[in-house]
Amino acid sequence: MPKPDYLHFFIDPNRCIGCQACVQACTECDTHRGESMIHLEFIDRAHSVQTVPVVCMHCEQPTCAEVCPADAIKRTGDGVVQSARKPRCIACGNCVIACPFGVPEVYEDRQIMMKCDMCYDRTSVGKKPMCATVCPSQALFFGTREEVEQLRPMSTPVNRFQFGRQTISTRVFMMLPSDTVTQRPYVDVTAAMSEQPRERAITLTPVENADPFAEVEL
Amino acid sequence: MTDHGRERLDVRIDSPGREGLAGTTPANMYRPLQEAEQVTIAPDWRPMEDQPAWRNDFPIDWPQDHYVERRDFMKFMVLTSAAFTMGQLWIGVQNWYRKRTAQPPVQRIASVDEVAVGGSIGFTYPNEFEPCLLVRLTTSEFVAFGQKCTHLSCAVIPRPTEGSFHCPCHEGRFDLRTGVPTAGPPRRPLTRIVLELRGQDIFAVGVEERT
Repeated sequence: MPKPDYLHFFIDPNRCIGCQACVQACTECDTHRGESMIHLEFIDRAHSVQTVPVVCMHCEQPTCAEVCPADAIKRTGDGVVQSARKPRCIACGNCVIACPFGVPEVYEDRQIMMKCDMCYDRTSVGKKPMCATVCPSQALFFGTREEVEQLRPMSTPVNRFQFGRQTISTRVFMMLPSDTVTQRPYVDVTAAMSEQPRERAITLTPVENADPFAEVEL
Repeated sequence: MTDHGRERLDVRIDSPGREGLAGTTPANMYRPLQEAEQVTIAPDWRPMEDQPAWRNDFPIDWPQDHYVERRDFMKFMVLTSAAFTMGQLWIGVQNWYRKRTAQPPVQRIASVDEVAVGGSIGFTYPNEFEPCLLVRLTTSEFVAFGQKCTHLSCAVIPRPTEGSFHCPCHEGRFDLRTGVPTAGPPRRPLTRIVLELRGQDIFAVGVEERT
């Protein structure tokens, strides 16, 4: 059964408080044998405590699957890029090197690549992924577009990423401040990584009188 | 909030129809979903018609990867049955050649007096790697069989008192008079050695493989 096509995954990095709840929740799941498929990355650890949760973005042009020599990484019809097929995976690690988001990991002891599959056992029956259920600040949010529009009126979901000359569209959305999106409707990752802080700066305007934990009226 | 013309999902866990959601959601919970046929967008964003042929041969998407063309299926069926037919013909040709090969040379085994009634002696025939047994059933009756059990080629032991050959490996038993299996795993009878009595000497004159 595929993932319902009106439920989407939204990542709001500036809501991440670095509590590691998503990592712990992911670790508890049995389908990937006690390993966390979500990475909690520090953006600039020397200067900031800001973290960002990294889940598989489920690209429409999955680079990991493009480079797989064993044809082991497949995507189901609902656009979810699945973990490596066990009978095919040769644990070569091409996907680890190729993925622009740094999601796949090779487990040498069991000779397989495992990556986030958006908790396919849960999302395919309409439930939230483990990380989204536990995230206290809802930096990881799984739901409909209408819900996220209501919850985050100042942000816009973006699913286009620019890595140098490679443009990637993904099934997972990144929440960006709306005024940034009107200027540039994609995330220029390489520009953000460059040392000149020309395009890096993202200004956030705080919302007046807003309850960040307000329930959405459905 | 727009509805986009579909039934809205009530996310409250205790709403009617969603009782017991601690397990899995019933499949009829959502409107039926159509599986997307083609979700791949090539990295250069050009349509699939402009892509090289290998991209169609090694699709990233599960539906395309599992899809078997009718032509491919027919090709598989025809080639597989052709292979089976060729195998049968090959077996037939082998059998035909085996029948045409001459019997091994005649070899003297023993004289009649050397084998007591109910006794047996071992010999090798047609070459030194084929151990055989000559058994004297009565004063005038001799039989000889290859000693290799037809199950896994252990050496069978004659037990004239029980009227059988016994294979100790897996408790196989063959009839002493005819060599046909009577118990245990073997399914084929023992190889029979054709005997000939010339004067007082017993000669092996041929090997009869039986099925």
